[in-house]
Amino acid sequence: MTVPTALIAEDEPLLAQALRSELAAAWPALQVVATVGDGLSAVRESLRLLPQVLFLDIRMPGLDGLGAAAELADQWPVAEAPIPQLVFVTAYDEYAARAFDAQAIDYVLKPVQPARLQRTVARLQQALSVRPSAAAPNDVAASTLAQWRQLLAAAGRAPSTGAAGNAAPPLKFIAASDAGSAGTTVRMVPVEEIQYFEAADKYVRVLTPGNEYLIRTPLKQLLPQLDAQAFWQVHRAVVVRSDSVESVHRDDMGKTHLMLRGRAEKIPVSRLYAHLFRAM
Amino acid sequence: MTIRWYDAARHYLQVVAFCSAVAVLTNLIWPLKGYLAQLGYSLSVGTLTWLVMEFGRYLVPERHCHRASDGGRGWPHGWRGLALTAAAIGLGFIGGGRIGDFFWGYGLVSSTRDNNISLAITIVAGAIASFYFHTRGRAAALVALKNAAERDASEAKLRLLETQLEPHMLFNTLANLRVLITTDPPRAVAMLDRLNSYLRVTLAGSRVVAHPLSAEFERLSDYLELMSVRMGERLRYRIDAPDDLRRVPVPPLLLQPLVENSIRHGLEPKVEGGLITVRARRQGAQLIIEVLDTGVGLADADPGDGDGVGVGVGVGSGFGIAQVRERLTTVYGDVASLRLSTRAGGGTAAVLTLPLPDTDTSP
Repeated sequence: MTVPTALIAEDEPLLAQALRSELAAAWPALQVVATVGDGLSAVRESLRLLPQVLFLDIRMPGLDGLGAAAELADQWPVAEAPIPQLVFVTAYDEYAARAFDAQAIDYVLKPVQPARLQRTVARLQQALSVRPSAAAPNDVAASTLAQWRQLLAAAGRAPSTGAAGNAAPPLKFIAASDAGSAGTTVRMVPVEEIQYFEAADKYVRVLTPGNEYLIRTPLKQLLPQLDAQAFWQVHRAVVVRSDSVESVHRDDMGKTHLMLRGRAEKIPVSRLYAHLFRAM
Repeated sequence: MTIRWYDAARHYLQVVAFCSAVAVLTNLIWPLKGYLAQLGYSLSVGTLTWLVMEFGRYLVPERHCHRASDGGRGWPHGWRGLALTAAAIGLGFIGGGRIGDFFWGYGLVSSTRDNNISLAITIVAGAIASFYFHTRGRAAALVALKNAAERDASEAKLRLLETQLEPHMLFNTLANLRVLITTDPPRAVAMLDRLNSYLRVTLAGSRVVAHPLSAEFERLSDYLELMSVRMGERLRYRIDAPDDLRRVPVPPLLLQPLVENSIRHGLEPKVEGGLITVRARRQGAQLIIEVLDTGVGLADADPGDGDGVGVGVGVGSGFGIAQVRERLTTVYGDVASLRLSTRAGGGTAAVLTLPLPDTDTSP
């Protein structure tokens, strides 16, 4: 039986210290292997130390907790260590806290409340105890990833679309500028012609069989306005039209990519979304 | 378009009272014809005149009308209003006379001279009544305007208080305080004292017009100290006011939104944090106050809390800046200014230029 290990990512030093000491009281066996103050350090240290539990603050400088989790989901060396248990840390007046409460998702509240933390610890202990004896490691990994997906979806949904649901009908056209026109010409691109969207720096590229356009609306805001049956998010930065997918490939490293009809480029698929393309 | 029947009925009651008074006057001129008949004539003329005025204005397109105090259709502007009054009086005189003749049989007005007198009476009475309603409407509109202005002022005050006392900042400070109470009681007490003086000034600040620059800088240092307990090493700050400017009066907590922006949009997104410098200097007859940071700068700053994980009560940077500008205009007119720019070495500079009061420019 190994010693359970954890990493804390929290940008406010006093609150990190508080979480650490409350955890020491609630779970004396837990060894906190690193405490970091930003998302990039969280990714780097997690990949180096491979802890079993991650406590990630949602609001952090550099890369936020959601970005760090998405990054870790893709880069985690599954052959070396199982995907860790993920717990988000958030203050009560932040949007994510309300989203978690609404969906009965466990999280750590700032300031830490011992009774609540005790419940989180009990759940984590239970989850970790299932792991070593698992006959089918892939199933465990799949269920852990499903939890990560659920957490990221709840925390990442824009507040405006959270409560109202999908009231507006899906978009029929995307008003985009030509990739070369410097915004002087706006084209109404029919949604059914679009093969995929790719986030690039400050823009989102919109790709059709013959053309490329640019829009400024972030993917996160665009996604709720698209028909969820027709468009799938396959990566943090990519949304594809599901019926333009021609083939799905897995390489030796366990990474997945897509080929689209009539296109030569490989589309990366995040581990978080690879479940969409399992063979039937 | 909705016709306000209650108002119309109220107006008509006043018209009836006025017509009764006019009938008393005509009864003095033509004593032989009896008060009831005179009242009948007077009411016929008055009612018709009132009907044309009350409902005739709905025929004038809305863009040519005043807005009534309660949002309803007001009286038409300019010549349209005069034309409507004239039409109403003319129609009232001719039509009302006919109706009177029909009900009371004999011609009340028998000679040209009588006819002229009664036309004069109708015009004068009509003008007096129109003037009365016009003045009343105007007074009501002014009262409504004043009420709206008062409401706006108290709303602005409330919004100001909300930006100065941001809930997220308060909760976070309390969360940190909670940790310090067990781990470092002396520091907890010091932080509590800072919070205390910060809260006192913030809550009183919406009522005080001005306080000395030294007090303004002390409150900023309270705020920055609270934030630096939260952010630890990532927030460093320097506050610098020359002695001869310490007593210059400034609007309370004018600078806080600028410092808040520097923290939220400058230092918070930056992993290594940075330095905030607040300093004042004299330039001729002007006071220059600068809030400088070494954060991510204007161009790279997060355009708002649109990422879904922002604070619950979002008060974007745009509002903070707009609010500072609004206060400058209210207090100083157009002689004060606020300029934001990206600094050469990275980070943002907010530069306030205020007029120095005369007594201080020649010490």
